[in-house]
Amino acid sequence: MIDRIAEIRAQGEAAIAAADASVELERLRVGMLGRKAELPQLLRGVRDLPSDQRGAVGKAANEARQALEGLLAARAAELEAGELDARLARDRVDVTLPGDPAPAAGRLHLLSRTRREIEDVFVGLGFDVADGPHVETVYYNFDALNHSPTHPSRLWSDSFYVSGPDAVDRPDSLLLRTHTSPVQVRAMEAHPPPLFIVIPGTTFRRDSDATHTPQFHQVEGLAVSQDITLADLKGTLLAFARAIFGPERELRLRPHFFPFTEPSVEVDVSCFRCEGGVLADGSRCPLCKGSTWIEILGAGMVDPNVFGYVREHGYDPDRVQGFAFGMGVERIAMLKHEVPDLRLFFDNDVRFLEQF
Amino acid sequence: MLLPRFWLEDHVRPELTTPQLVERLDLSGTAVERTYRHGVGNLERFVVGRVIEAEPHPDAERLRVCTVDVGDGNRQQIVCGAPNVAAGQTVSVALPGAVMPDGTELRPAKLRGVESRGMILAEDELALGTDHQGIVVLDDGPAPGTPLDEVLPIATDVLELEITPNRPDCLGVYGVAREVHAVTGAPLGPAPWREDPGSAGPIEGVEVVVEDPDLCPRFTARAFEGVRVGPSPEWLKARLTAAGQRPISNVVDITNFVMLLTGQPLHAFDLDRVAGGRLVVRRAHDGEELETLDGERRLLNGDMVLILDGNGPTSLAGIMGGARSEVAPQTTRVLMEVASWDGPNILRTSQRLGLRSEASARFEKGISPESTMEAQAVAARLMVELCGARLVPGTIDVGGAPPPPPAIRLRDAKLAALVGKAIPRERSAEILRALEFEVGDTDDGLEARPPHFRSNDVTREADLIEEVSRIDGLDKLPATIPATRSAPSAEPRPAGLTARQRLRRRAQDGLAGRGLHEILGWAFADPERVERLRLPEDDPRRRVVTLANPMSAEQSVLRTMLLGSLLDAARHNVARGAGEVRLFETATVYLPTRPELQPDEPFHAGALLLGPSRPPTWRDPSPPHADLFAAKGVLGALLDELRVPWSVAPSNEPFLHPGRGAAVLAGDRRVGWLGELHPLVARAWDLEDAAAFEIDLDTVAALVEGRVERYEDVTSFPAVRRDVAYSVPLETRAADLVALVREVAGERLAAVKIFDRYEGAQAGEGKVSIAMHLQFRAPDRTLTDSEAAEIEERVTRAVEQRLGGAFRA
Repeated sequence: MIDRIAEIRAQGEAAIAAADASVELERLRVGMLGRKAELPQLLRGVRDLPSDQRGAVGKAANEARQALEGLLAARAAELEAGELDARLARDRVDVTLPGDPAPAAGRLHLLSRTRREIEDVFVGLGFDVADGPHVETVYYNFDALNHSPTHPSRLWSDSFYVSGPDAVDRPDSLLLRTHTSPVQVRAMEAHPPPLFIVIPGTTFRRDSDATHTPQFHQVEGLAVSQDITLADLKGTLLAFARAIFGPERELRLRPHFFPFTEPSVEVDVSCFRCEGGVLADGSRCPLCKGSTWIEILGAGMVDPNVFGYVREHGYDPDRVQGFAFGMGVERIAMLKHEVPDLRLFFDNDVRFLEQF
Repeated sequence: MLLPRFWLEDHVRPELTTPQLVERLDLSGTAVERTYRHGVGNLERFVVGRVIEAEPHPDAERLRVCTVDVGDGNRQQIVCGAPNVAAGQTVSVALPGAVMPDGTELRPAKLRGVESRGMILAEDELALGTDHQGIVVLDDGPAPGTPLDEVLPIATDVLELEITPNRPDCLGVYGVAREVHAVTGAPLGPAPWREDPGSAGPIEGVEVVVEDPDLCPRFTARAFEGVRVGPSPEWLKARLTAAGQRPISNVVDITNFVMLLTGQPLHAFDLDRVAGGRLVVRRAHDGEELETLDGERRLLNGDMVLILDGNGPTSLAGIMGGARSEVAPQTTRVLMEVASWDGPNILRTSQRLGLRSEASARFEKGISPESTMEAQAVAARLMVELCGARLVPGTIDVGGAPPPPPAIRLRDAKLAALVGKAIPRERSAEILRALEFEVGDTDDGLEARPPHFRSNDVTREADLIEEVSRIDGLDKLPATIPATRSAPSAEPRPAGLTARQRLRRRAQDGLAGRGLHEILGWAFADPERVERLRLPEDDPRRRVVTLANPMSAEQSVLRTMLLGSLLDAARHNVARGAGEVRLFETATVYLPTRPELQPDEPFHAGALLLGPSRPPTWRDPSPPHADLFAAKGVLGALLDELRVPWSVAPSNEPFLHPGRGAAVLAGDRRVGWLGELHPLVARAWDLEDAAAFEIDLDTVAALVEGRVERYEDVTSFPAVRRDVAYSVPLETRAADLVALVREVAGERLAAVKIFDRYEGAQAGEGKVSIAMHLQFRAPDRTLTDSEAAEIEERVTRAVEQRLGGAFRA
């Protein structure tokens, strides 16, 4: 019996060593160690043996089973490793084929993005963002902003009116706002000073040519307190200009005239494309036209007459003062990103949109 | 306004180059649009010459061969075609190398075989005027060889000024000279009207009646006799020409010259053609007509002001004279009218008639009544000097000069507080005096009375502060940041933005992050667009805000939805070869409320997907086209990002595929629509098929405003997962099945998600099989399998009883 066990063991060891696939190994395991195989049956029969033989046969059979189990496991591991390598080799791909495109992110419209950049600069300086209606009354769009009754922008030919032709002279007539300034008045009516707001938004003027679109975008600012100065305006706009156009920028204020500010200024930023009006190749800078300055916005100290319209809301012209400014989002975007034509903003051509 | 530098220098001579002068003007409020060179170039080639001989040309009847002394005994042979050339004349000569006003360079030439080394010049060749009839003969006889620009203003820089509407005084050369004086300190020459040859009192035979003094605060007139109408002298022509005006005759040129000098327009009548010697100023009658100098017949109304004589209307006040009483070559008696008119009225009239003139452009800004007599003084002197006229004694002056404007206080402290920099009182006084204010001292500052020509513009302390600060120089201002901040507002604005503004940004970022490009559409729309969108008559989106004065019919109403703009943009891109278009817009739409009231302006978000839902690749060469579910995926991502619970329900929008459109619900509120475009709508925009959605972001914002997500324990006890499939009648909606599961499973249901849908033999005739992942969880313990099985069992019974379905797996 013990000889038979040794024989099974030897045959098994040889067969395991010769097996060269996991499938075959599994067949061997069933054949040698499965329920119906000889060795397990021998083991099960040990208790029927005479007691003097039981110990030796049982021990030999057990050892043989453990040895074969061990060999099977070891051989299985060996074979698996080899088979995995083979499978991996079969799974080889041409790594030079194109990858799957990750879902491409879309883009905010350049004007949207520029508007946010401007908003964020002023938010950082302590301003809140305010907005208001696009269809406005003559009162908020002109009267309360100290536009004289003859101001040309009131004209039928210059502004889009919703009300009929007699609308121009009536304060409650409706028109598409020609600037975001009416929100200044609405904000002052709603909040007592101090008030620091920027007002981004869509605006409309009856103008359509290479440098005008009937719909465009502005960001206005208003700062009102008891002690706001023209120097504060200069500092605030300098911070803005440097944030948008680069830390080396300087600012220049040129006196001008606007109905709602006094004194009024136009604001130039030092050119960020050239040195002294000249490009590296010696040609005249196309951006500043050789002047080294680029006009970016209009501004000034809020005209006392404007406060007069909101006096009962806490804006006594003798007690508060402040500055206001307004800029075109299109202009800032065109300057910064070298967009040559205003109309590109409204074509919505994806080849344009995806550049920014 | 065009300012020739040599004319400016009649009154002020700053020691500055033209670019330096331009910068000083720019930085003090007189914007210079551009500068250019007027006249001839290469000045050293223009000299005075004397004609020694003028012999007939051997081969040309009209030409003369001249020998011209051009200085230092240097004689040149010049062939000249002018009929008036003669020996002995002192003339202006251009030598080879001279650059003519049109930019060409003069070269030696042969004229009909005779060598010519230069040119004897006519007026137009010197840019002094337009006359080309003959050469200019110099009267005073300067020596040959004298540089010509010492004798004639043949070249100058011209500054094109942009004068702001508050400064009509700078629409005159002397007004700008005053600014230059204030800015540079260069002395200002005496006022050209300082000496007035005229006298006060009535004029015999002339009468003026002003019936509407509210529109004509002052009307002055002077009469001249023995007037000889003829050409103006070169100095006058040169100034007008350089300022962009065409010389006509001495009388007309004087009116233009005085206007350009003083800013005050004038009008010269032929007094013999003023019927009855009597002028009446009154409002026109409705329907009255007048033929203006430009030959047009003008139909007037009762808001317009006329000047009439005995024969009726003769002039449109402040804007244009009439043809009937125009000065002509044979005129010998002139009535010089200088009046002041109501600015707004002139502006309205000129706008109504579409008629703008140099005069109206000045009057509409408000010219002070005092200016009238200044212009009369200059004109009178020139009429006598240049036209040989005799000034008839007397001056008609209806209205007279108004009282001087009040003095205004300028407090040192207020000046410093507004500007942010102290300016010494002496400096303020110096500046204001240079601008011709009357300045006096007070305890706390100055008192300044504006000159008449600034009385409209400077009425308050802030206006004085502007004057002082702009001349003192804004470049000297420090750059500071305000010390204060906004008062706390009722509406919290973390990071400066309201909740609604932040939600808009999140929506934009969310859509861009899903691969959509943002567009900006026109608020304007074509009224016909609602037809192309197939909106029926009673659709509220057909009610639009209509513009009273649109620029074109295609842009005559305001949009009520974003879809049209998205379609416009899609068509633009597809027409340019784009096969895949993924666009969104967030913008205001305009919904009328009641007539004459502001419309509602809700803020919408819309998106449109067209073409492959993902880019084709080598292993997925034809991915499915964007359809309702692609759009729904984007919409869901957006609304989930905004933290709004949402669902869709079948719904018919006229512009959507009737079987593939849905209403978007947030909570139980309808906030928009979703679906595939109706093929006819797509075709109307030249598109194949596309899916889109549009929602009202304001309504969504209102739903989530102030909402705070609260913690829910999902980690302490594991969920039990079950996958089930039911076959239900084909018309059953997935959402109804899910709703039923939620209702029956109750609070133990942690999640339900459809993962398969199958129609076919195994589902049964007229049935569909829907498979779901379910998760059950209890907050306080681990659910047992049997508890989960029990819930599932309840669900199954409900599906059988209420939906007529059956458990499949």
